Amino acid sequence: MSGVRHLYVHLPFCAHRCGYCDFVTVVGRSGQHGAYVDALLAELELERPLLADRLETVFLGGGTPTFTDPAELRRLLHALPPAGEVTVEANPETVTPKLARLLRDAGVSRVSLGAQTFDPNLLVVLERVAGPDDVRRAFYHLRDAGFDNISLDLIYGIPGQSAAALDADIDEALALGPEHLSCYELEAKPGTRFTYAHGEELARQAEALEGYFERVVERLTAAGYRWYETANFCRPPAASVGRDLRAQHNLAYWLGRDYVGLGIGAVSTVRGRRWRNTPRLSAYIEAAARGETPPREVEELTADVVLQERVMLGLRLDEPLALAGLGSVLDARAVERLESLELIARDGGESGAALRLTPRGRLLGGGVTAELLA
Amino acid sequence: MQQDRIRNFSIIAHIDHGKSTLADRILEVTETVSGREMREQVLDSMDLERERGITIKAQAVRVPWKGHQLNLIDTPGHVDFTYEVSRSLQACEGAVLVVDAAQGVEAQTVANAYLAIENDLELLPVVNKIDLPQADPDAAATEIAELIGGDSQNVLRISAKTGQGIEEVLDAVVERIPPPAGDANAPARALIFDSSYDQYRGVVAFVRIVDGSFRTREALLAMAQGTRFEAEELGFFSPTMTAAGTLEAGEVGYVITGLKDVSRLRVGDTLTAVANPAAAPLPGYKDVKPMVFAGLFPTDSDQYPELRDALERLKLNDAALVYEPETSQALGFGFRCGFLGLLHMEIVRERLEREFDLDLLVTAPNVAYRVVTIAGEEVEVHNPAEMPADIERVEEPYIRASIIVPKEYVGPVMELATERRGRFDHMEYLSEERAVLIYELPLAEVVIDFYDQLKSRTRGYASFDYDVIGFREGSLVKLDVLIAGESVDALSLIVHRDSAYGRGRALVDRLREEIPRQMFDVPVQAAIGSRVIARETIKAKRKDVLAKCYGGDITRKRKLLERQKKGKKRMKQVGAVEVPQEAFLAVLNLNENGK
Repeated sequence: MSGVRHLYVHLPFCAHRCGYCDFVTVVGRSGQHGAYVDALLAELELERPLLADRLETVFLGGGTPTFTDPAELRRLLHALPPAGEVTVEANPETVTPKLARLLRDAGVSRVSLGAQTFDPNLLVVLERVAGPDDVRRAFYHLRDAGFDNISLDLIYGIPGQSAAALDADIDEALALGPEHLSCYELEAKPGTRFTYAHGEELARQAEALEGYFERVVERLTAAGYRWYETANFCRPPAASVGRDLRAQHNLAYWLGRDYVGLGIGAVSTVRGRRWRNTPRLSAYIEAAARGETPPREVEELTADVVLQERVMLGLRLDEPLALAGLGSVLDARAVERLESLELIARDGGESGAALRLTPRGRLLGGGVTAELLA
Repeated sequence: MQQDRIRNFSIIAHIDHGKSTLADRILEVTETVSGREMREQVLDSMDLERERGITIKAQAVRVPWKGHQLNLIDTPGHVDFTYEVSRSLQACEGAVLVVDAAQGVEAQTVANAYLAIENDLELLPVVNKIDLPQADPDAAATEIAELIGGDSQNVLRISAKTGQGIEEVLDAVVERIPPPAGDANAPARALIFDSSYDQYRGVVAFVRIVDGSFRTREALLAMAQGTRFEAEELGFFSPTMTAAGTLEAGEVGYVITGLKDVSRLRVGDTLTAVANPAAAPLPGYKDVKPMVFAGLFPTDSDQYPELRDALERLKLNDAALVYEPETSQALGFGFRCGFLGLLHMEIVRERLEREFDLDLLVTAPNVAYRVVTIAGEEVEVHNPAEMPADIERVEEPYIRASIIVPKEYVGPVMELATERRGRFDHMEYLSEERAVLIYELPLAEVVIDFYDQLKSRTRGYASFDYDVIGFREGSLVKLDVLIAGESVDALSLIVHRDSAYGRGRALVDRLREEIPRQMFDVPVQAAIGSRVIARETIKAKRKDVLAKCYGGDITRKRKLLERQKKGKKRMKQVGAVEVPQEAFLAVLNLNENGK
């Protein structure tokens, strides 16, 4: 059995927890960065038998990985196994020329920069620390350090965001010329502080917001980006000397590959078994100190569930989904119905045995998938 | 018992005027039931009746009073059971007419009084509840005297609650109500005035012996239906079942028949002895036909077999209930049921839900239509979806409604009756304060929320009763609802041409609110034949996808999808459109409430 080729590492520390955020984050506890990195490396050693000798991708996500004490971040990066693509998530206000240099020297090949919006008022609504100039500055520091694969994260559907403001954000982002863009609609989860504060405003805007996703797709594809995943866009190979600029690490998730996740709250999926580490920092560090794997929730995936996920994830991509082997989880009548509604199309090919969503089908991907699954 | 020592009587009253309490008190005063055994409303044995303050099934109780045998025959108390009431009255020679001292004469007082008079009964008027602070016994007595003639001074004043005046009522029954007048030596004849079903003993018939006598083990015949059976046991209630070897002319009692199906022994039929049969049955037998129809569907289609079993069991005890399987593309498998009226429908529905724990979706009720096709064929239609296309003419049932209201509400009542295609017949003043209005109305206009409207427009003061008077031609059309071009059978209606537009518009508006947006535009239309009279479009969703899905989100995302799938299972598929059950419910409710 070949080893896992994709590794995720969670760095949970943040200067401040943004109201809309629902990731596992830790604010304060700056004294524990060293102990946490020790624990990560201990977990890595325990899981190493699962990993291939040569990894394809490593992804450091957060939290704010670049908020981690620089010496500890450097120690971690150097200790991780090498990989073809090493991505680090960064918040604009943390990206100094020095940090950019540090990442570059430690073998990082790709940075995902959490810009979210360039509108100062909306940044305040999102409780982001950075201002619009911080975003631009961070971007250029990364370029100056030699990064030629930078992704910008944008959030749309922010309370109070007009259609014009959305257009302005897209203009700003395009002006920087990133290789990759991730555009997420703001998810106001019930029960969060954010929803409490802004839920009513969002409900009022609901009708207008519905068109924003379409608008984002239109603008970015018009600017030459490839809409390769529901929320992700990249420059096509022709415009980037033949490089495949899709996020290779995330692509592994969407293609149903196995991955190992290290750190609090991190999820791994290996050979039909999925587990999630404890989100509690102290429990995680203590387990590592005892030489044990951290407390975990384990989920065994049945063969059908694996196939359902294959459909659910595969249909997020712009490439056709091969139907071979998926018959047991698809509703054949739904396939026909959705085809007649022009939400999906069968991809001819030699066997004709692949499915893809039409552009409108992709906007309705959730509903289409729910319908397709038997 | 000698016939001249027998008195057979009923108590008739408007709902809540105290009929059951008076019956209880009579049982107590005659020591038929000891004080210790006494519980409220002994005769109302079913829970449901107790809660609604009405009695569904008549029973008869024999009580002794000063050397006489009094048979108290309890009558059903609602418009839907007029025929049963009239059969119960036919078993009597007199009736105690009870009127609430605070409320005065109400619509059912009038209807029941007229029924009693039609049956040649001696009426014994009584004003009840004179102990109430707001009681006005003189005013109530005056209204009664206006209604039935006679002197208001002769109206008894009682309180069934406190027991005041009960003995005087019993004395008056003996003195003023004539004894039965049948021929004790003629071939035996008995009127079946009610029946019920016991799971061990089969059908139990309640009978009034008119001529001759009946013996246990005798072979009997129900003359109209031709049903034969052996009288397994004869007896009377006092108040519990008491076997007796014979029942003689003038007496009231029960016959245990051993029959397993109530529909084989209908109320109004005449029993006679096979050995020495009577030449002719007693007059007045009618085969009661249901007038109101609705589809009953289980909200959970897995409950279909339970619904079928439940209807079978209800039918054992309710000869008036009819049903046949119905398949609706929108609602699945269910039954089209026929009822005597709206209350009957409500009772059946409640019993199905309560006693059988079923969750039901009930379509808008409609009436029976007589349709003559262009080819000259005559069909009776019980379901709008089955309306033929080539109609020459349609007839619908009409009722004669009497509505009693304080005079300041005469205007609003006339307005309502006119909106409902009512034809004014006449109006009379019962007193200076109150009037009775007589209207002829299509039954179809009454089955849909007429009673609620009447109550709300008169602040609850109006009382209402009706009789079906026959079929008349109407300018009726079938209104179809189309969702994405597919006609939804469960929502089809037969309406008067003049109200088609309003109804169509309301249906379409409500559906637009209730049907969730789909992945494509969904036109919702109301149409008469191929002509669309109202249209709305449910705009397609523009976005339905979770933005983020990475390694840590997959399980959550999958569970969301599973939930979305489960939600779909509760949807009813109309063509490509998924319509939540709630949407149908809301629209059907609209029909009930006419909003």
